[in-house]
Amino acid sequence: MFDTAFGFLYQFGDACAFLVLCAAGLAVIFGMMGVINLAHGEFIMCGAYVTSAAARAGVPLGFAIACGALAAGLAGVVLERLIIHRLYERPLDTIVATWGISLIVSQGTLIVLGPSMGAVGTPFGSVVVGGYSYSVYRFVLMAAAALILLALYVLFTRTRFGELARATIQVPHMAQALGINTGLIYTATFGIGAALAGATGGLYAPTMTLVPTMGSQFIIEAFVTVVVGGGDVFLGTAPAGVFLGFIKATMTTWEGQLAGQIGLLVAVIIVIRVLPRGVSGLLLRERA
Amino acid sequence: MLEDQSGDFALATIGKVHGIQLATDEINAAGGIAGRKLELVIYDTQSDNTRYQEFMRRVLQRDKVDAVFAGFSSASREAYRPIVDQLNGLAFYNNQYEGGVCDAHMIVTGAVPEQQFSTLIPWMMEKFGKHVYTIAADYNFGQISAEWVRNIVKENGGTMAGEEFIPLGVSQFSSTIQNIQKAKPDVLITLLVGAAQASYYEQAAAANLKVPMGSSVNVGQAYEHKRFKPPSLANMYVTTNWIEEVPNEASKAFVKKWHAKFPSEPYINQEAENSYIAVYLYKQMIERANGSTKRDDLRKIIAKGDVCMDAPEGKVCIDPKSQHMSHTIYLAKVNDDHSISFPNEWSDIKPYWLGDAGCDLTKKNPNAQYTPSNPPPK
Repeated sequence: MFDTAFGFLYQFGDACAFLVLCAAGLAVIFGMMGVINLAHGEFIMCGAYVTSAAARAGVPLGFAIACGALAAGLAGVVLERLIIHRLYERPLDTIVATWGISLIVSQGTLIVLGPSMGAVGTPFGSVVVGGYSYSVYRFVLMAAAALILLALYVLFTRTRFGELARATIQVPHMAQALGINTGLIYTATFGIGAALAGATGGLYAPTMTLVPTMGSQFIIEAFVTVVVGGGDVFLGTAPAGVFLGFIKATMTTWEGQLAGQIGLLVAVIIVIRVLPRGVSGLLLRERA
Repeated sequence: MLEDQSGDFALATIGKVHGIQLATDEINAAGGIAGRKLELVIYDTQSDNTRYQEFMRRVLQRDKVDAVFAGFSSASREAYRPIVDQLNGLAFYNNQYEGGVCDAHMIVTGAVPEQQFSTLIPWMMEKFGKHVYTIAADYNFGQISAEWVRNIVKENGGTMAGEEFIPLGVSQFSSTIQNIQKAKPDVLITLLVGAAQASYYEQAAAANLKVPMGSSVNVGQAYEHKRFKPPSLANMYVTTNWIEEVPNEASKAFVKKWHAKFPSEPYINQEAENSYIAVYLYKQMIERANGSTKRDDLRKIIAKGDVCMDAPEGKVCIDPKSQHMSHTIYLAKVNDDHSISFPNEWSDIKPYWLGDAGCDLTKKNPNAQYTPSNPPPK
């Protein structure tokens, strides 16, 4: 009994962590800023590649992941300055632009770095709990997902920067009139979103095969979670991750991966039909 | 030549391009085929099935080539095969696959399930136990291969501990790993495909899942043992008709020759060898048909049943009934440090299933693909 319960909890936590980490960066860029960023997966790939390169050069894994996040964040800042900031008024055009960037980056990586990148190897070994053995690193991923959510919450609700960012995105011209450098805020916020995607790539780098197209393995889950979550970074992503993680873990444990995928997508269709503004739209209704 | 030089499959297929180029250069340097030089028309199919269709039309209609060497995934082959049939072409499919294509327009030099599984599975059941679990990619290759595994396990008195089909692109395997632990199999057959699904091995190793694994796809195509960090692939057994580690003299000479032409080749896989062989078999058929490149003339030569050659893997022959090729099958074991050893080998394993099931291209051409649950009509 305990075996099964623990096993299910582990699957549940693992699915939640994956969804939350997939979505963390996108929740900022798409959920909050409204930029439909189809290059989200490429930020993740960038983070994973830099992490792997750093780790293989002898940097401890924790720092290597930080390098990955930093690199993706910088790439995000550059991209925002060069392209994205021209398109804030044209949300549909950002789809084409970011899709183009995503194709260029993944094919460019294939041409420059070849079809695959050396692996890092998963640290921390395994632990046996009641007849099943589990990878310890997956627990680290769960903790990382919780920490990132918490950090986002603090950043956007408890700091001066968070207040400015929310003001800027809500009513840009008003914020500007009050003396806020909105261009800078936009760039910084986009950079944070990209850095979070990079961190996700870094965190998953030890557990996956690193290939130029690996971003596509995250992007569906990322969009699904953000769409279900709605506009609020913390109040959206966290409950969406828990809800979808529960459905995915239940269906996968019951009938395998295919059922898990189907369950996830059906749940999303139902949620956006019933709650067009996502979970956070529902939670924030009284306050709005 | 229509092979993927970019996109998802490029990793496994660049070697096929090089294999055909190497054989062509050798043949041309030695005077060509029946006094004529081989000319290669090369398109990059970009791992995209619609490209296969476009380019197949182009090479057959505009470039008017005599033969096409084409295709990696089964989906790509099934995408272009109707066009080859319709335009009356001749295509070599130089790739291991799920078997069953009974089509006079196709010559298949890759290995098929009866060659890879009828050797691998009884050997593993004998050695590790009769309780077998399969995880397979959820598309035609994985489904049909899993059916083969199921049948061979049953024929050898074993039981299936479980079976799971995994959608392409899935990269997170915690629940699959737990389900396998729950079923406690003696042998795990992995028929996973693509870079995303390859993450399974690292995750299973991290969770300390130590069931001996068998596969028909790993190592021999995408050289996972070279790319992954040891020991994630340790205890993996693969049946392959050739890989660059095969220790015989012919193979060593072949690898040396290859590296002289392509010094930066990361790995020479089984499909690279199959592609190289295909060009030489084509040469032999044309020469024996007195220089004719017409498909029907070449098929008359195949019908004699003695189109054979000494390949790096050993002797291979084309079976007239199915136009598939016999192989030496090597059992490759991945060790803890990811080096390869060969605990067993089987020589002259025939692609018997299609012929036994009733496909006979010397008499009738159904242009169809069959499976064990959907055999040729009697």
